[in-house]
Amino acid sequence: MSALAALARLEAVDARRAVPIATVRHCHLADAPLVLIPLRLAGEAAAPLAVMLGTDRADPTLLAVPQPRNRDLRFAFAAELAKVVLEHVEASRGAAEELPPAKDGTERVRYTEAPQVIVPNTGGVAFLRLLGRSTRFRSTEGPHAVEPSVPALGRWATWFAERHDRPGSSLLLAATEALRLHWATGQSALEDGNLAALLGWIDPPDGLDGPAAAARAEDPVRCPPAGPATDPTFDNEVLAPAVAAYDATDGDPRAEERVRAALAGQLTPTWDLVWHAMDLLRALPEGASVPRRWERDRDAFTLFHQTFAEGVPQARRDTAVAAARRLHALERAQDAYDAQRAFDDPLVMAEHRLNGQAFGGVVTEADPTRLDESGKRPKLRPRVRVATEDPVRLDAGTAVCSAERPALKGRIVEYGTGGVLVELTGGLGRKLVPEPGTVPAPGDRVCFTSLTDASFGPARFPEREDTPWTHGGPPAEYVPSDADAAEEWS
Amino acid sequence: MTDTAPALDRLRAGAPPRNHDARTIAALTANPGCARRGLLDAAGVDKDAVARHLGFGTPFGQSQFAITRGNAFEAQVKADGCAELLALLRDRLGLDVGEVGYDDLDDEGGREFRHARTRKLLARALDDAQGTLFDHPLLRLDIGGTPAYLEPDVIAFQLAGRFHVVEIKSFAVVDGQAEPEQVAAAARQAAVYVLALRELVADLGHDPQRVSHEVFLVCPENFSNRPSATPLDVRPQLAVLRRQLDRLTRVDAILNGLPPDLSFALDDGLGAAVRTVEARYAPDCAAGCELAYFCRDEARACGATGALGRGVRDDLGGVDTVEAALDLARGAADPPAELAETAALLRTAARLRAEALGGAA
Ligand code: SF4
Repeated sequence: MSALAALARLEAVDARRAVPIATVRHCHLADAPLVLIPLRLAGEAAAPLAVMLGTDRADPTLLAVPQPRNRDLRFAFAAELAKVVLEHVEASRGAAEELPPAKDGTERVRYTEAPQVIVPNTGGVAFLRLLGRSTRFRSTEGPHAVEPSVPALGRWATWFAERHDRPGSSLLLAATEALRLHWATGQSALEDGNLAALLGWIDPPDGLDGPAAAARAEDPVRCPPAGPATDPTFDNEVLAPAVAAYDATDGDPRAEERVRAALAGQLTPTWDLVWHAMDLLRALPEGASVPRRWERDRDAFTLFHQTFAEGVPQARRDTAVAAARRLHALERAQDAYDAQRAFDDPLVMAEHRLNGQAFGGVVTEADPTRLDESGKRPKLRPRVRVATEDPVRLDAGTAVCSAERPALKGRIVEYGTGGVLVELTGGLGRKLVPEPGTVPAPGDRVCFTSLTDASFGPARFPEREDTPWTHGGPPAEYVPSDADAAEEWS
Repeated sequence: MTDTAPALDRLRAGAPPRNHDARTIAALTANPGCARRGLLDAAGVDKDAVARHLGFGTPFGQSQFAITRGNAFEAQVKADGCAELLALLRDRLGLDVGEVGYDDLDDEGGREFRHARTRKLLARALDDAQGTLFDHPLLRLDIGGTPAYLEPDVIAFQLAGRFHVVEIKSFAVVDGQAEPEQVAAAARQAAVYVLALRELVADLGHDPQRVSHEVFLVCPENFSNRPSATPLDVRPQLAVLRRQLDRLTRVDAILNGLPPDLSFALDDGLGAAVRTVEARYAPDCAAGCELAYFCRDEARACGATGALGRGVRDDLGGVDTVEAALDLARGAADPPAELAETAALLRTAARLRAEALGGAA
């Protein structure tokens, strides 16, 4: 957090309502995302109880396990879930567009769309990760055979969860995280983890203010938890008797219906909340770099989808090289994502202005046709002086670019009482006079920053077979075994 | 018994005292500066009942599914004199655990009696260095000048002359990893047992280091019911625990500043009585203290910035109330010299926010 974010929280307390911390939407929203709300059996790592899911707000599908301790019912559930998820994957890829071939001549394609999954909170992401882990190694043959769709679901669930780790990816979104990227409430981060309370602050129902709506949301009877953990009172007073009745009647359909109705009652309020969250996010204009990040998502999806058939389940743990490579990739993605958001959104750039890595103000002097003739050939080097009240912490010589138009580059010449003197070095055209409109004129509002949105080349990591001995040497190829297939899921 | 005992009994207004357990002690150390919690816990006040009476009950209940699973797992691990546990330690961890005796200390009468028996058995084991498992021992730890009894459902066994605490938890360890918060909580609790056991060992005239800082966490493996054991070094938790317990405001000091007729009887005066004792609310109170909703309400009512998170208060340069911070941000108040820097930062932040939002409108 920063003073800026803290101040936003204070303003929210004061206004008794959430305040914006973004002026544009920083995540992609697909036209028809798959909303997926999981519930897990209390006390178990990943024993599914129910999932409400679908791409049509008016028509959710409820999948439930009437006796969550029964292994066969659990795998039947996994197969049903797999069907919906795999259909969503296939239905959301659009066409394959041809791209210019890669440097080594291999053909490249990219799907025009990609499947998006929305869960209510980070617990939903963790659930998908564990569900993936508990199903992707299952065998479709032999004594513990499951439907072929079950391990496929496991690999997709794992893939979605891994993409979620990547800053800026929108393939798997948690509604609470997406909202918190755009609004600050007058409660703590911990309390923001409750989707109903968070939405209560952002868009309270008529007649209530933020704190009142959030307080109401903390009553589990009125607002059942958004999962995957259930309300213990619901478990004890409603679910347990219904499951017991199901057992006692040997799986009578009416008893099963009772379990399903109870679970539907817990899930439906969250279903509405997630769609409500998406309405709020959709109402924001999309940030300029969102399509570019979604393109990376589509690349990742295309690759995974096209190699799915010959691929094997993701390993239980990364090898040393894979872990280093992944970490490096995540760090780079984080840097790029932070910078892109700042360029897209003056409210995010304000953070950098506050910490001195950017400054904004009004141009007081401009010398648009200034030439630097110290070298062999004259160079166009216009200068502008910017009056700013910002606490600038950029040394002379620091390279900067314009926040509004990053192609406009320059460097700091001096910073004093009159403002910051910037010499422009790029983004002015090719001639010895600047293209019209490229050099800010006196009176213009400008913002310059030392942030860059540059992407560096891929890091060099040893190939699998060259893993240094300090990192365990080359890892054995992962081969799924019978033991994987037989692993208990109880 | 210490001389604060009568005063503490009076605070409870006749209600029976509630026992500390490792969870509450571990939670206590999470907020050592809170006099309210320190006092109520020392007096053994039923904080849950207090919170409910005040209309701020927290949903601290546990699902019967979770309880059933936890009990079943523990019973399975401990069945037949901990046969499964021993097999696990020998075969999976390759430990040279010899023949062991098994003593179940449950259902042995009152607290004092059980503690005395725990002492006796431990003294014997220390002397003859025998491998011994204790189930349900009763330990004692001094908390803020008042003894607290601990009823660990853990077992200590002796390996190469050192005792190890075993902590049985029913959360899953998947591919060698579990939820970090759960592991952290288990480690904090285990550290409480290690500390209590060390005090007892020292009290018996032995080197407290005969209780190892290495504990064993026994959890279901992956998605099965099969137990797995993971050695866990709780030295960091021990260090924190010791430091926090030392720093715990001494209960007698808190009592000194309070009206002599104060009591936490469940009557109309309860709210005022609780408010008399100073609290230090932070959002993470919700994870470990029954009074969290009450204290949160109080903190919010007086506009405490700490209610927004510890980090928020730090970002605001330590300014305590929302109003004061907003006044600084809006330039409404002339800041005292020590807040000049914070005030400048907040004013800049306010200007930048207004500028960015105005530009977007
Ligand atoms: S909830 Fe209240 S009494 Fe409990 S630790 Fe926090 S501040 Fe202290």
